[in-house]
Amino acid sequence: MAMTISFTLNGRPVSVEADGSRMLAYVLRSDLGLTGTKIGCGEGLCGACTVLVDGEATRSCTTPLSAVAGRLVTTIEGLEGLAGLHPVQEAFLAHGAYQCGFCTPGMILSTVALLQKTPKPDRQRVAEALDGNLCRCGAHVRILAAVEAAAAKGGAR
Amino acid sequence: MNRRDFLKATGAFGLFVTFPLSGAVQEHAERPGYPKDFNAYFRIGPDGRVGCFVGKVEMGQGAMTALAMLAAEELDVPLERVDMLMGDTDLCPWDQGTWGSLSVWQFGPVLRGAAAEARAVLLQLAAERLGVPVERLQVQAGIVSVSGAPARRVGYGELVQGKRIEKHLADVKVKPVAQFTQVGKDAPRKDGRAKVTGTAKFAADILPPGTLQACLLRPPAHGARLLSVDTSEAEKLPGVRIIREGDLLAVLHVRPDGAREALGRVKAKYQPSPSTLDDQTIFEHLLKAAPPARELVARGSLLAGEALAVQRLDATYLNGYVAHAPMEPHTAVAQWDKGRMTVWASTQAPFLLKGQLVQALGLKPREVRVITPYLGGGFGGKGGCPPALEAARLARLAGVPVQVTWSRREEFFLDSFRPAAVVKVRAGLDKGGRIAFWEHHVVAAGDQEAQSVYDLPHQRIQSSGGWMGGNPPGLHPFAIGAWRAPAANTNVHASESHMDALAALAKVDPLEFRLKHLKNPRMVGVLKAAAKAFGWTPKAGPSGRGFGVACADHRDTLVAAMAEVAVDKKTGEVQVKRVVVAQDMGVVVHPDGARQQVEGCVTMGLGYALTEEVRFKNGQVLDENFDTYRIPRFAQVPLIQTILIDNPGLPAQGGGEPAIVVMGALIANAIHDAVGIRLLQLPMTPERVKQALKV
Repeated sequence: MAMTISFTLNGRPVSVEADGSRMLAYVLRSDLGLTGTKIGCGEGLCGACTVLVDGEATRSCTTPLSAVAGRLVTTIEGLEGLAGLHPVQEAFLAHGAYQCGFCTPGMILSTVALLQKTPKPDRQRVAEALDGNLCRCGAHVRILAAVEAAAAKGGAR
Repeated sequence: MNRRDFLKATGAFGLFVTFPLSGAVQEHAERPGYPKDFNAYFRIGPDGRVGCFVGKVEMGQGAMTALAMLAAEELDVPLERVDMLMGDTDLCPWDQGTWGSLSVWQFGPVLRGAAAEARAVLLQLAAERLGVPVERLQVQAGIVSVSGAPARRVGYGELVQGKRIEKHLADVKVKPVAQFTQVGKDAPRKDGRAKVTGTAKFAADILPPGTLQACLLRPPAHGARLLSVDTSEAEKLPGVRIIREGDLLAVLHVRPDGAREALGRVKAKYQPSPSTLDDQTIFEHLLKAAPPARELVARGSLLAGEALAVQRLDATYLNGYVAHAPMEPHTAVAQWDKGRMTVWASTQAPFLLKGQLVQALGLKPREVRVITPYLGGGFGGKGGCPPALEAARLARLAGVPVQVTWSRREEFFLDSFRPAAVVKVRAGLDKGGRIAFWEHHVVAAGDQEAQSVYDLPHQRIQSSGGWMGGNPPGLHPFAIGAWRAPAANTNVHASESHMDALAALAKVDPLEFRLKHLKNPRMVGVLKAAAKAFGWTPKAGPSGRGFGVACADHRDTLVAAMAEVAVDKKTGEVQVKRVVVAQDMGVVVHPDGARQQVEGCVTMGLGYALTEEVRFKNGQVLDENFDTYRIPRFAQVPLIQTILIDNPGLPAQGGGEPAIVVMGALIANAIHDAVGIRLLQLPMTPERVKQALKV
């Protein structure tokens, strides 16, 4: 049923007229034109659609729009600040922590959420936090290095 | 400036401008072949930026950066001033497709040659402009100046002014490796910033105004025939359009989730698939139904070799079907406008797809344009792009742009899998512990790398069927095709496993056993380099250490790998702790890019070695998403060390595939070394490991 749902998207208030049971990923991409959020599996199994909801890494392809009413949603488009790239983006760039780039927005947002909670995670903690973010190209070792580098620089901005 | 003015202004002979190029549609020859005219590859703008147009695509492998480096090197311009435009059939010269590790090895020389000629012509132009002979000129960063008088200078941009250069030179030599200033050094990837900021556009991100999303009705199983369909419930949803033409039934909606929801309301009845095969019975079937064997190698006499053998070892190696599972599902958006079809497609082969569209739609070549945005992984699975044909058909019928994005279920159902295969290897050892004879017969995988890299006097190599086609109908219950290093993964799994088993039979260290049978000094070189970095100490297997070794010759890129694994005897879980890869790929264009490809090969290879296999029954694909089809994850990833052998004497070879071909045997050999079991079937799942430990 169509309703008006308001939330904060990348620092700005938005209101969407939509059925609240629709999944956030489709609303972001189709209704709001933010295509940086990718859909890889549609069932919350690959992590490409990861966004931050109140700072938590959240699978937007299985999160109903109604669930984000009144909350803070951050997509990859909202990560770059006035000061430039987010430290996690900088670290991914510096370490070549991407190949095809399709999983990258979700990887970066999962990493941001991890470092906000656990500023100095060990490798096992990183592997656990990113377990649901799949990469088929095999950029894993670079991503691990990038996460560690971002953590060393205080990646939770 | 018209042609006459330009000639007057430059006083140039034979060099003139025909038309300004911005926005112009090139009519490239439809005949496959790389154009000889360097203008097809380069446009130099008034600001001196170089537009480099290539028909290859960027799918994560780094071709955008490596090819830009080659162009920058030959033209003597900084890499950051080269702008790549790839995979657009209107703007880029023809290309066969991006696969087989060919971009640098095969296409690189074409691009270098074109750039070298362009540079030589630019120098002549500059000589005329500056009034000195070419020999007195030097080029740095796209600025030509007179030696000893650096104030007398002119930039490429000023010379060309964004126009076409109508002068050509024959026999221009490319730069010798020793003079490289950019190739061989690490450089930031051209696609990096777009990818970390989410601005990189993939096919699903391209939405011309008015685009409708289409979901197509698919059968529940391969071979199931549609009996009846009822779309009335779907039609009740607002904004839904149904299009049916022949075998195609599509539900269209402005939003992808709207189209998917509506498709869920379509009721269809099917006659079950006649297929009775499943992932257990497939191997017997392949052996029975495969076409007759072709002989690839016959050397010496198997009979004579067998007579010399004092110990024999026969084994049958099995590989299941493996999915490409790129993170980006197949996607295309088609726009039919004023008699022209423009298709943005996730494809590795835009020109091949263009030909398919021309044929399927009954259009003329100039009426079809394929544009390839960033590709979210290919691995051989996007050689075609069926949704492009579906979207184009629908766009013409609907009169609006149409996007088709496969769901993950469709991706697993419609993928062209790496074929399941059987490899039978028979071999024996003579009194001296050398291989007396060797017979390798591969069924259903294909020919690549079936040939042994070892010096074997008595051998026969045969191949029946394969991924390239020519198989009897019904050999496979679904589509099969190229999968990163097609056939090679399967053949090397068998041959390098068997080498290891023979070494164990001979009670000889597996590295030593290999070296004893090798003549190729480059292969000896990579094995020794890997051993040094790994810290290999000789010991016959199984040593209990969990060390494995394997090597391969992949299209003249030589690769040797060593691994250390731990096997949990209770759970059957295999943890690969570290992998060392030594690779000799000739000139290394972009070392960090090459290392990324090796790491990608090792990581992706863990999947087919340990967890990945498509399960199916009666035409139905049982794995539909990543919950049951397990691709490698962070916790599985080992430490990876890559050694790139310095070999400037050999032109640059491919690097996107070589290291993946050793992964099956490498891990099988390490498991054997750890716990003394020899697994003959991939993937080596915990269940199979436990089963083998029991026996």
